[in-house]
Amino acid sequence: MITAIKPATVPLRFSLPIGGVAGTSFKPEHLPAILEAGPQAGFFEVHAENYMGAGGPPHRALETIRRDHPLSLHGVSMSIGGPQPLDKTHLARFRSLVARYQPTLVSEHLAWSTHETSFFNDLLPLPYTEATLACVCDHIDQVQEAIRRPLLLENPSTYLTFRESAMSETDFIRGIVARTGCGLLLDINNVFVSATNHGFPALDYLADFPLAHVGEIHLAGHAEQTDDDGNLLLIDSHDGPVADAVWKLFEIIIARRGPVPTLIEWDSSIPAWPILRAEAAAAQAILDRCKLAAATEDRHAA
Amino acid sequence: MRRDADLGFAAAFAPPLLDPAREVPTAVAGRNGKPAGRRYDVYRNNVTVSLIETLAAIYPAVQRITGPDFFRAMARFHVRSSPPASPLLFDYGRDFPDFVANYAHAHDMPWLADVARIERAWLDAYHAADALPLAPALLSTIALERLGGLVLTPHPATRIVRSPYAAVTIFAANRDGTPTARIDASTPEDALITRPEFDVVVRHLPPGGAVFAASLTSGQPLGAAAIAAFDASPEFDIAENIAGLIEAGAFTSLAAGDA
Repeated sequence: MITAIKPATVPLRFSLPIGGVAGTSFKPEHLPAILEAGPQAGFFEVHAENYMGAGGPPHRALETIRRDHPLSLHGVSMSIGGPQPLDKTHLARFRSLVARYQPTLVSEHLAWSTHETSFFNDLLPLPYTEATLACVCDHIDQVQEAIRRPLLLENPSTYLTFRESAMSETDFIRGIVARTGCGLLLDINNVFVSATNHGFPALDYLADFPLAHVGEIHLAGHAEQTDDDGNLLLIDSHDGPVADAVWKLFEIIIARRGPVPTLIEWDSSIPAWPILRAEAAAAQAILDRCKLAAATEDRHAA
Repeated sequence: MRRDADLGFAAAFAPPLLDPAREVPTAVAGRNGKPAGRRYDVYRNNVTVSLIETLAAIYPAVQRITGPDFFRAMARFHVRSSPPASPLLFDYGRDFPDFVANYAHAHDMPWLADVARIERAWLDAYHAADALPLAPALLSTIALERLGGLVLTPHPATRIVRSPYAAVTIFAANRDGTPTARIDASTPEDALITRPEFDVVVRHLPPGGAVFAASLTSGQPLGAAAIAAFDASPEFDIAENIAGLIEAGAFTSLAAGDA
């Protein structure tokens, strides 16, 4: 039975920035392997909604993980991009999780998933207009007020565009950052998927993206389909290893932005822990190379 | 008002997601302004498939019994007619057992809906609030003349599912993926679902046990619950049943009533 969750007081106690470390999605089936390996560098990210039950094994697993590792709390269904008011009960649950687990990173999506009373369980797209910008900013204000800290907003992967859109996605995102002070979660796979699907260069998008506000990066695998005209249509499936092209973009961004916490996202066809761990190690190697290069430059400058 | 008109995109985008008979919205486009076509269908597919998979994850024994093709066809009907009303997916599919009971193609499996009810109760128990179960020794501290008035507080995870079929045996045989021996489906079985600590446990209740347990969890005193259980089944054994319930972790505390 799910009972209403009493809003907990949110302590004004933030975890320190964790810097350029690589993390992975936390999947409960990996818990025994993770515990056997002992505490390790890096962080774990969970979908907030999976921990919104009253009790039981999910909370025990998350407490165990949280004891030894920084946590990233990633909301997938706040429906920030939708036109209807935020679900206050859901916002209260989100706030309670932030208060309970003190995550070092808190993020949500530039997307919507609820319309009227139906929850569609997908990250649905929105048009980019002055009206939607005002609405999204209003929703982010409410979330940040509730959790009393900046939210990281994730750029979407999209398969189509709205005819009424009056600005680019990067202009829209810049507008959000300017008005709300939120941070950004840059999903490089999403950029690559959208760029392929809409036929623009991913590097152009990244050149326009406000990198200084990026507090986390997501890397994930995608699947390939085609549209009605036979054009390649990439699907943001999170069911396989990170593509080579996405790794390349990641290296370019890290060289430009400096190291930031980077997550390997893998949500379906989940592999054994060592495989997921190896993907994170590959990301860590790129982050470390960047740190090393920066240190070398410092020495030369000294 | 102007703002409402500018924010109508979701009202245009959402309805065809779960209704393949509706046209792809004209407000969205593919490359170079072409109709969105298969691009919109990606969202239709994401929504429908992810919700079918949600039901498959909640009802694995039902899927094992029916096979995946049958299950997915049945689940697709349910997803389209009853999409989730909450972003908490572990809360989804509460009306799925009733849907299964009325699903024409499942009429030759009359116990299937009860297996689904046990699986739904299993997940509710899994996510229920944590609480320490009542220590069995506490019962012996109650004076005999006060036992009849004893009231027990149910553990948040405790659930009871009654079935005129062998739903508990069928559930157990199909839940863990081990090969099943032949089951006589016509034996009525009632299930007690508890989670004393972190593992959900599903047990058979003895004759009269379901009426007894349901009376107690609804706040009836022990004496009244025992009378109701005897009325339901003359074979009812009060000592066996109360010990069994407490040992299963069905309660968290007790309060001695009036003598």
